[in-house]
Amino acid sequence: MSTESTVVTGNQRIAKWSVNISIVFLCLWVLVPIYLLIANTFSSPAEVNAFPKRIYPSFDTESVRFFMNFYGVGSALWNSFKVACLTMIMSIAVGAPAGYALSRFEFRGKNTFRVLVLMTRAFPLPLLALPLAVMFIKVGLDDTVLGLAIVHTVLALPFAVLITFSLFSGVPVELEEAAWTLGCNRLQAFIKVIFPLVLPGIAASAIFAFVISWNEVFAAAVLTIEHRTLPAFLLQSLDDAPLHLKFAGGAVLVVPALIFIFMVRKYLFSMWGIANR
Amino acid sequence: MAQITIKQVAKQFGKTHALHSIDLTVADKEFLVLLGASGCGKTTLLRIVAGLETATTGEVWIGDRRVDKLAPKDRGIAMVFQNYAVFPHLTVYENIAFGLRMSKVAESEIDKRVKRTAGLMHIDQLLQRYSGQLSGGQRQRVAVSRALATEPDVILMDEPLSNLDALLRMEMRTELKSILAESDTTTIYVTHDQVEAMSMADRIAIMHEGNIVQATSPVEVYRNPATRFVGSFIGNPPMNFLQAKNLGDGWFDVCGARMQGPRHDASELELAVRPEDINSTDSHGEGDWQGIVKVVEPLGSHLQVTCVVSDQQCRVVMDSDVIVKPGDTVNLAPVAERVRWYDANGDRVQ
Ligand SMILES: Nc1ncnc2c1ncn2[C@@H]1O[C@H](COP(=O)(O)OP(=O)(O)O)[C@@H](O)[C@H]1O
Ligand SMILES: [Mg+2]
Repeated sequence: MSTESTVVTGNQRIAKWSVNISIVFLCLWVLVPIYLLIANTFSSPAEVNAFPKRIYPSFDTESVRFFMNFYGVGSALWNSFKVACLTMIMSIAVGAPAGYALSRFEFRGKNTFRVLVLMTRAFPLPLLALPLAVMFIKVGLDDTVLGLAIVHTVLALPFAVLITFSLFSGVPVELEEAAWTLGCNRLQAFIKVIFPLVLPGIAASAIFAFVISWNEVFAAAVLTIEHRTLPAFLLQSLDDAPLHLKFAGGAVLVVPALIFIFMVRKYLFSMWGIANR
Repeated sequence: MAQITIKQVAKQFGKTHALHSIDLTVADKEFLVLLGASGCGKTTLLRIVAGLETATTGEVWIGDRRVDKLAPKDRGIAMVFQNYAVFPHLTVYENIAFGLRMSKVAESEIDKRVKRTAGLMHIDQLLQRYSGQLSGGQRQRVAVSRALATEPDVILMDEPLSNLDALLRMEMRTELKSILAESDTTTIYVTHDQVEAMSMADRIAIMHEGNIVQATSPVEVYRNPATRFVGSFIGNPPMNFLQAKNLGDGWFDVCGARMQGPRHDASELELAVRPEDINSTDSHGEGDWQGIVKVVEPLGSHLQVTCVVSDQQCRVVMDSDVIVKPGDTVNLAPVAERVRWYDANGDRVQ
């Protein structure tokens, strides 16, 4: 028995190695660009353009400092922050009730609804951009933080719905029912039992919405002019900026997103039904 | 006064009829067990009483209040769930106090009642723990304490012991019975375990495919099953059923023996007798059967002997010092006053 399981046939060995190689390849695929980005960000402008490269950055903060003081960066950062926060609030406010309904109630068209939620992500934004811009101009939402946040909410909503759906589904109905029999109405049971249990997940889902908004560039570029968010601002102004500034800009965009994604990875996995931890 | 009256309650899930017109009364302070195979509608009925499910038709009364339109919290009930449903984000103490806090009981009174019910269930050492730090049996105790703490008129339990291992289940059975006997609550207890039902119940209501087929005392259910189903469901080893040809005038031919039974028109009935109600005798009398022993299972206190009587299987319980082996011919004498008769529909004939 035990020998049988330890004997590895040639085929298995090849399979194992190809898995390992794929893992290494995928990790490098993701990590190398991030490393280069960070390394170049913390190199002096001269080093960025020099060749051959150093393995370690010199931890020179000149590019970052220059970038942060660059005219417009501050206000773009602030706009990004405002839009992302609004997106976060709106997508949870709308998405969590939808996720709750999906997990707790049987209703007609439930499956269709779930597919539709995902389909919104498949709809190409560029196709929507022009009509949307025209409409926003008509109602006076163009070039406003709120208008952009609404578009970002639409983008973040499918994830908010699906993540909260999986969160609420993870809370046994019996807990809620036990609360009802112990004197709670629906709302009290939700506040006293369900909400505390899903709170960490809701926070993760909110952060995810924040990141989606933080990184979104297309709608931001089309729908804002004066009140650009950071990605839109960078797209516009860094096109012909020196290389070291591009790196600094890229890092400012990527790093917060990375940190956030890392914080919520557990919930992203459970969202796709893989593992819970 | 918390008598529960269920009037013509029916429940449909889409096309499935989970419950057909159920009528049942549970007396004040009574311990009623709903017993039936999995899927027969026990949980559905319990949830309708609790208010977690709405009946398609019918009424539910608790005391002199009609409750079927009320929310669970307004029915004066507490429920113990099969998977315990202990709130994971609260300590044991807070779990037990939950219902009391909801009804705004004074803090000193809460403390008193939590400690008392926890003591009753022997979990007073665990009050500061969370559900994740408890064993299944301990969680079960928390769930019961939580239900008892609110001093409800009615306690509803849905297979509360089915997730525990055999030994613990037996221990909890006895404990629950004594605790509930001391309290003034009316209890409906759902189980599919007949031993649990027999040992705990004041009265057993046996469910089958969405109907209550018999509701009476454990002994009565065992001795006088109202239908063939009840007879076959209750008892281990199960009741024997043998074909009985009607000879007219209340006489029947059962496996070659002439036996007196009920007067009935049908050409055939079924005779039912429990394995322990058949004696193996040395001398052959009228109404006795000749059986050929197939299997002998020694169970310590007694032997369980499976015989073939006229091509039909018949189990007999014999004393453990009787010497029998497969192939032996035995003389079987059913105890006349313990014999029951059922018609082709499975209804009892008297
Ligand atoms: N929510 C539901 N939706 C559809 N069918 C259900 C639902 N709950 C129970 N049923 C059906 O009703 C019948 C009785 O179920 P249940 O009351 O849970 O049985 P028991 O508790 O006796 O095992 C079963 O056939 C079951 O499939
Ligand atoms: Mg059940």
